[in-house]
Amino acid sequence: MTDIQDLKKIASQVRRDIVRMVHAQNSGHPGGSLGCADFFTALYFKILDHDPKNFNMNGSNQDLFFLSNGHISPVWYSILARCGYFNLDELSTFRILNSRLQGHPTPKEGLPGVRVASGSLGQGLSVACGAALTKKLNGDSKLVYTLHGDGELQEGQIWEAAMFAVQHKIDNLISTIDYNGKQIDGPVDEIISLGNLKAKWESFGWETLEMDGNKMEEVIETINKAKSLTGKGKPIMILMKTEMGMGVDFMMGTHKWHGVAPNDEQLENALNQLEETLGDY
Amino acid sequence: MKKFDYKDKKDTRSGFGAGLYELGKNNENVIALCADLTGSLKMNQFADEFPERFVQCGIAEANMMGVAAGLTIGGKIPFAGTFANFATGRVYDQIRQSIAYSDKNVKICASHAGLTLGEDGATHQIMEDIGLMKMLPGMVVINPCDYNQTKAATIAISEYVGPVYLRFGRPKVPNFTPEDQSFEIGKAVMLTEGSDITIVATGHLVWKAIEAAEILEEKGISVEIINIHTIKPLDEEAILKSVSKTKAIVAAEEHLLHGGLGDSVAQLLGRKMPTPMEMVAVDDKFGESGKPEELLTKYGIDTINIVSAAESVLKRK
Repeated sequence: MTDIQDLKKIASQVRRDIVRMVHAQNSGHPGGSLGCADFFTALYFKILDHDPKNFNMNGSNQDLFFLSNGHISPVWYSILARCGYFNLDELSTFRILNSRLQGHPTPKEGLPGVRVASGSLGQGLSVACGAALTKKLNGDSKLVYTLHGDGELQEGQIWEAAMFAVQHKIDNLISTIDYNGKQIDGPVDEIISLGNLKAKWESFGWETLEMDGNKMEEVIETINKAKSLTGKGKPIMILMKTEMGMGVDFMMGTHKWHGVAPNDEQLENALNQLEETLGDY
Repeated sequence: MKKFDYKDKKDTRSGFGAGLYELGKNNENVIALCADLTGSLKMNQFADEFPERFVQCGIAEANMMGVAAGLTIGGKIPFAGTFANFATGRVYDQIRQSIAYSDKNVKICASHAGLTLGEDGATHQIMEDIGLMKMLPGMVVINPCDYNQTKAATIAISEYVGPVYLRFGRPKVPNFTPEDQSFEIGKAVMLTEGSDITIVATGHLVWKAIEAAEILEEKGISVEIINIHTIKPLDEEAILKSVSKTKAIVAAEEHLLHGGLGDSVAQLLGRKMPTPMEMVAVDDKFGESGKPEELLTKYGIDTINIVSAAESVLKRK
């Protein structure tokens, strides 16, 4: 069992990976990736029942995870590599020609850990519903997890899937929203406000929890609570408050680092704030 | 010329429904999804007898395509059915990202394709669907010609691993292909051999091609008819072999000129065997309300148009 201090060390290293990957090609999305580093660390190192060394597409009798907001691929790739889905060295191929680490995740190039392409927003919840239904049909008691951006909730398909999951009693699904309040063009409230998000999900019939996604203990506690609520006829939603750019002071408190890479000087500044705990790739 | 007979006229959508029901009985991995059109798609029998394997998605086609993609993870074979317009144009990006680019084994089953859905008019009469779907890398595109062939195709695509677009329709058309036919994806069916001209046709226009060939034969023209039920992958060998003999070709389909069967055939011939060619298809227009036969006439994709196209191309030989 990995304890909280170990998880925090992993998250710090993952944050270093993120800024280094994005800097290397001067391309990618650091803000949301940094904000979700704690969530991914908790999920992959503490929560998921999975088999990184023997990835297969069907994932039978394993927990599944779908990243719907595919642009935060840097955090996912770092986590997948750090827990053994593929070699750490491969992180250096992020966004370059002939890489399995495409700008947005895809199974097309055969990257272990990825089961569906994402990047065009709003599609992951539907896919997760299908995968969760297959688990039920197959008598597979493992769970399906998803992550979505908050801006992504402006896509109508999310709400189609929200109704579908309730109608079909998909209670082996735990979804999470990265509720950082920011999207490319600015604060979500100034673009298209989500209103009372908790009330929305509850009114759609979802069991809805809230957590601070940058507090490791709370993330683990909340996801475990969500697990305890599975199998009771309702899908589960966790509204996860995060800080975009978390861990790098000049990337926090603004939407400006949604999809912008740090320059050499900014990289050095960022790395000075993030402890190298497990060795850089 | 060989005579083609039929006992009855039947709708190709019913062939799909019958094939799906067979699959329900024989393959427990087959899952049917529908977006509030179960009756129109003739999926009732499957839904009634295998309710645990029928997924009602409501009027939410984008979600249906994503759910279908997800169902494949764990080994299911989803058949997602709705009208052709809502199975393609409405959900193009969902099909593109979650199904085609993700290599998912989803069967997209599209009814009421083309003009012949009739009175509902242009909002529902999609004639761009073959083009949309054939442009997606890796997508197989099938448009069978009658009830028996649609049933056979429905069963055959369950054995193929990968995304498939299966197109069929609403009107009752002559059911002339054998009930016990084997259906091979990508393998064109030679209906009648001839020496003067090749007619390639797909879907409902295959029977029209047969009618046209009978008229042409009376005028002393020997016609070779090829039923192209699979537009992608195209049976290039069958087409090249035929035109190397006839040296003239007409393509006929219930689709726009842009992006259809004729477009694929012209590409092939342009690259490998330039040949005088005419196309019977709708030229850059939306449809309208009317009876199926009236629409085929008004939009220039009826028997007589195939005859005229053949006569016209023969002059260019």
